This record gives sequence, structure tokens and C-alpha cells, in this order.
Amino acid sequence: MSSSQPQAQIWVLVDYPACTGCRLCEIACSLRHEGVVWPAASRVTVYEFYPGAPVPHLCVQCPDYPCVSACPTKALSVDGATGAVLVDPSLCTLCRRCIEACPGRVPRVVPGKPYVLICDLCLGDPACVRECSKAGYNALKVVRKPSNTAIKHYAKPPEVLAEEVGARVLQVRW
Amino acid sequence: MVQLYGCWGRLLSVDLTTGKVGEERVPPAVFRAYVGGRGLATYLLWRELGRKWREVDPLGPENPLILLTGPLTGYYPGIKMVVSGKSPQSCGVVGSAISSHVAYAVKASGYDGIVVRGASERPVYLYVSEDHVEIGDASKLWGLGGFELVQALRRELGRDLPSLYIGPAGERLVRTAAVMSRWVHAAGYGGYGAVMGSKRLKAVVVDGKGPLPPVADREEFAKLRYEVIDKVASRHTFRRWGTTAGLWRVGYDTSSEPVRNWQEEWHSVEGFSHVVIERRYWVKNPWADWGCPLACMKVSKAEVGGRVYVTDGPDYEMGAYLGSNLGVFDVDKVIALSSLADDLGLCGIQAGNVVGFAVELFERGVLAVEDVGYELRWGDFESLRRLVEDVAYRRGLGAVLAEGTYRAALEIARRKGIPPEEVLKYAVQVKGIGVGAHGIRSGKDYPQPIAYAASVQGGDHTSVAGLPVASEESEVWSAFLDSAVICMFTAVEEATLLKFLKAVTGWGLTREELYSTVGPRILSLQRILLLLGGPDARWDPRVHDDNPPRFYEPLPTGPYSGSRASADEVKAKLAEYYSQLGWDELGVPTADTLRKLGLYDAVEVAEQIRIELRGE
Repeated sequence: MSSSQPQAQIWVLVDYPACTGCRLCEIACSLRHEGVVWPAASRVTVYEFYPGAPVPHLCVQCPDYPCVSACPTKALSVDGATGAVLVDPSLCTLCRRCIEACPGRVPRVVPGKPYVLICDLCLGDPACVRECSKAGYNALKVVRKPSNTAIKHYAKPPEVLAEEVGARVLQVRW
Repeated sequence: MVQLYGCWGRLLSVDLTTGKVGEERVPPAVFRAYVGGRGLATYLLWRELGRKWREVDPLGPENPLILLTGPLTGYYPGIKMVVSGKSPQSCGVVGSAISSHVAYAVKASGYDGIVVRGASERPVYLYVSEDHVEIGDASKLWGLGGFELVQALRRELGRDLPSLYIGPAGERLVRTAAVMSRWVHAAGYGGYGAVMGSKRLKAVVVDGKGPLPPVADREEFAKLRYEVIDKVASRHTFRRWGTTAGLWRVGYDTSSEPVRNWQEEWHSVEGFSHVVIERRYWVKNPWADWGCPLACMKVSKAEVGGRVYVTDGPDYEMGAYLGSNLGVFDVDKVIALSSLADDLGLCGIQAGNVVGFAVELFERGVLAVEDVGYELRWGDFESLRRLVEDVAYRRGLGAVLAEGTYRAALEIARRKGIPPEEVLKYAVQVKGIGVGAHGIRSGKDYPQPIAYAASVQGGDHTSVAGLPVASEESEVWSAFLDSAVICMFTAVEEATLLKFLKAVTGWGLTREELYSTVGPRILSLQRILLLLGGPDARWDPRVHDDNPPRFYEPLPTGPYSGSRASADEVKAKLAEYYSQLGWDELGVPTADTLRKLGLYDAVEVAEQIRIELRGE
């Protein structure tokens, strides 16, 4: 591959049944970005509302990037190489418009961080995916970004995902 | 001042009588001496109540409920927390470990632990975050079972936050009640669900949003963390089967599994194994706790009598105690009983122990229908389910059994007008704590003949005594894991663990120091408090540093038929164990030992115990 060729954009594929709910991804993400174990500042979060039905929750890089368009200060941009949403800490005012615009309410605000947190795909080598694979769970995998615009449908609020995945695992109303 | 890494050096303290909330500092030297978790709990209890230990009612407002992490909590893969206080079972200190997200959340709130004192008049829950602590009204939550409670808390708080809680059993001060977490997790040993209930504290919810404290050596920590993850993630069969695999192995292969109140320890029921459970009942495998690369848990689901039950595993202990020990070999029914214990907030081990004891008494004619209200039979799901609920709600005979096997035996003997030994001989417990589901008679499972007899936590199978003291076989090792606080299943060999501890804390704790000073310090202090005991139970080492009578009966079935514990061997090993720990022939730490361990203020109390024992 010649160096002038653009790098294929990547995507994190989530395998819900494979997720054990261990949250090693959160630990790895916070260690990579913050240098400390800080799950609340992780860009990926695992929610588990029903036993055995954890749902990893992270930015899916919607083809139309509604968060980027919603940002009034142009703090958000798209990284051409990876497709990730990048946050410019100096421009973000924590107005939360991106959270409202996100169909999955994915961006996070956490005390101690003066800007919104969104997955930046670790510039091409996501720590969460590496960690999940090291643990042998492989619930998160790096793939070439699908052209199918249905990827946006993965961005749902955690309680919606949990409801659906939970019903499938337990096959009872909980 | 010495910089503390891996810990904050502060505890949140809450007084439910006055509603006062504050902070307590824990100096770095105390962490260095006691590590954290169980060791620190023992130190705190000794300092606060040591002088009047005997008079302190474990279910009174004076007894603190202590929830502690350790320096490795949140850093070392896997998660545990220690629940402690004066135990309503042993009247000593039990470091009761529970897998709970609350552990990391407490640290992420800027605390190493929470100490709850006093008692509220009305039901409350505690909400904790880094900048806000609130004692909330729990009157609408009181009475709820665990599964409903987790949902209700989520509605009440608008978010899914980690919590520790009690079920109906804890509310009714059942001595076999556990502190629960996340549907299926229990701090069972010790009976701290009853302590929480005595404070009318339904739940502790922790909203930790901050970072964990810094570590001493980030590079070394990152390196060791992956080393441990690699090691643990390669335990493939353990991941696949979890401890459920013991249901067959501990019974059929090693003859150490409780069957019908330990009348046997062997079974050959093919359907009673993880193989069948996996094929029929696991709907999620593997399932993990926070930060765990092992994932020994599984979600099982079964329908019994038109009702759907969900539980973890059942893991080995639940399966053995609510299955084979009750003569239940249909695994769907074991899943149901395990789920029921989770929901009621009962320790499954202690519940299975006391219910099995009751069924045997019924079988032997000591208890009759007029005592119980119905017939008890091995394997009869309906009556067993009913009795488990009666224990949790203290109904009928359940109110007696709710006191745990030891106290129930004494009460039944009193009511029947028979000598206590005639009932105690069926009570498979040590110092008020039902023995875990690993027998000693065949000698083929891990516990040694003095495993329970000499343990400072009685029948606790996660804290067994063994020789030599300077090895992973000894209770020093369990005390260390419970103080560091990490999970016994993700623990690796001691050299790596000590390196890990150094990377996080910066302490250079050596193997030598662990086995000769730090471990014995924790155990000696626990031992002194255990021997002080009171107010309702006291232990004489010459009588109570022993196995349950049942372990001296020969195994009746299986390849190790005829095997039993030998009283002479137990006596000899006890003497050796005491001597290796620097305890005298009664098992009381000597003045020299206490001084060497820096426990100067315990010398006098130990001497008093010695004089009392000799005088009696």
C-alpha cells in the first residue's frame, strides 16, 4: 500500500452476546486517554440493566454526524483518516447540544473534564478492542467502516439497547 | 509524610443515629501495617471496640458496618470488596468478600471505604458520590427482594448505579443474611446482612465518577496488568465452566461435597454437573464482574412450578448447598433455590447448611410436623422452598433456624429438653459459621484437617487454615487477598502479586514480611477478638478449635468410604499451627509474638484470655 493512499476508515463492531459485562474496555480506554483508571471518563461504557445482558455503548460514527452539525462552537470535527469524531478541548463549552443531537446520547460529560468525551478510535488502534481481545472475549472488533448507513441504528440510548438485548437473553419480561 | 499510592487514606463515616456524615483519615503507616480490607477492618474494630468487645451486640447500633476496598482494588484484574464488623455469627471479625462494582465506585468517589455506625429509626438508603452524601428515605424499598430492588433503585435514582443491599432476610436480622450486590453476589460469611438490617439500611448506592488514586509506578503497573490478564484469560476451562464444575468433581472425584447434611460426601448423579447445566440452563456464558478477564460466572434460567428463576451458575457453593446437601439433584430446582436465596438476601451456604440440618433432625425424629408445620424430606422442592422462605421471614421454625445452625441447635435442644451435644452433633459448623462445601474427610480436596478448626473465620472455606504457615496453604494467604482486596480466582502466584502490590503502592512488602509479620498481625488480632467473643457466644479453643462431629464419622459411600478425620492428627496439627504463628498451646498469641507484631496494646487482653481459659 502506498503511503499516499488514504487509510480505510475503521469502525468498532459490537458483538452483544460475546460481551461479558467486564468493563475492561472502560479501564483500558481511561488508561489510554487519561493515564489513570477512571471508568467514568471512558469513551466506551458498558450498561447492564438485566443480568447477562450487558451492552457496550460508544460512538458509532453516524454517516451524517449529527453531533458535529449540532456543535455551535465547531469544537467537533471528523477525522478524515479514521472517521472518528474529534473534540477540540479549547472550543468545547460543555453546552451538551451534541448529546441532545446524538440518537444514542453517547457523548459524556464527567466532573473533572472540561470538555465532552467522545470516542476518537484511538487514532486507529482502539485500546478497548485490544483489551477485549487480550481478555479473549472479542466482543469488540475493529473492522473497515461499513458503507451501510444502518450503522446509525446502533446508536440508541442504553436503556433501549438493554431492553432489547435483555429480552433476548432471558426470554422473559424482567 | 509518606505519600500514599493506590489508596486515598480516607474513609467516609456515616452515623445513622444522628445523620452525621464525616471523614476519617487512615494514616499511610496503618495501610502499610494492615494492607487494607480485612486487615484494616480488624484494626478499626480493635481500636474502636477492643476494650469492650464482649459487651458489643453485633446487631446493636454500636457495631459498625464496615465496607472496605484495598490498595489493589480497581487495579488488579477482577473486583472484590470486604464487608466487616463484629460478626453476628462468630462474634469475632469476618472479612466477608463480595464481588461488587461498588468496590471501584467507592474508590472513584475518593474514599477507600465506608463505615456506617448507629441505626436509623426508619428505613434508609445511603447515596455516596465524591461531592455529595445523602441518607435517603427507603420506606418504599423496605420489604423488596433483591431483583425488584435493583429495578426500584434504578427508577428512584434515574440511573443504574452500583449498590450493596439487603433482602427481606437482612431486614429481619436473620443471622444467615448476606449483604448482596448486583442480583446474585453475596458477602455471605459473617452475617453482615443482619448488621445492615439492624441499622435499617436497605442499600448503599455509590456514584463514583472520579479517577482512582494514582499508582506508584505506572509503567510497571501497566506491564504487570497485562501479565496478569494474559495468565488469567488462559484459564480456559475455568472460564467455560466456572466453579460449577465442582458439582461433579468435588463429589464424584474427591468425595468432599456435602450430601444430605454431610451424611455423605460422594455422589454419582450424572445429571448433577456443569455439563448438564451448560446444555440446558445457561443463557449467558461467560459472564464477568468488573475488570475481570476470567469471567467464571454464567447466567442460568429455569422454570419450576410455573415460575421463572434466574441466578448465577449456580456456582459450586450454591449448587452443593442448595442441591446435594438438601438431596436436590434436579438442577432446575437448584437454580430455583439459588435464585430464591439471592432474592431473599440469604447466604446460600448458611441457608443450605441450616435447612439441611433441619431436614436431618426431622428425619431422625428430633423435629416433628408440629415443630415445622409441614413434613421435611430430602429433595422435596416444595417443602425446602417453603423452609428457605420461612427462615428469611422468620416464620415458625424459621425463626429458630434464622439464628444459624449453631444457635438453632442450642435452642432446639433447650426446647426439646435434650443435651445440646445431641443436637450439635448434626450441626456442621465451626464457631457459629456453617462449613463451606469442601469437606476434609477424604483428604482429596484442598482443605487440610485443621482448615476450619483453626480458621479465624470458622467454617469459611475462603479463609482456611493450613500448614505450613509460610505458604499459600495458610490463612495468611487468604488474609492477604482479602486485605489487598482481590479475588481468589484471579489471584496469581505470590511473587507476581507482591510485585503488583509494589507497583501500585510503592511498598516493598516482601514474602518474608508477609508471612512473618503482616499476615500473622492480621490473624493474631482476629484471633484475639474471636476468643473474646460475646455477648451470646464464647469459644474455648480446647473445645471449639475442632471439626464438626460429623467429620469424625467415616464416609459411608464412594471410593473413600471409611475415611474420616483423626482427632489425634487434628490435635497435633493444631499445636504445630499455633507454634508456627507464635501462639501458645491454647492458641492465644503470646506476649512476645504480639510485641514483635507491634500489637503492644493487645498484650494485656491476650493475657486476660489466657488466665480465663486456664481458670475455667
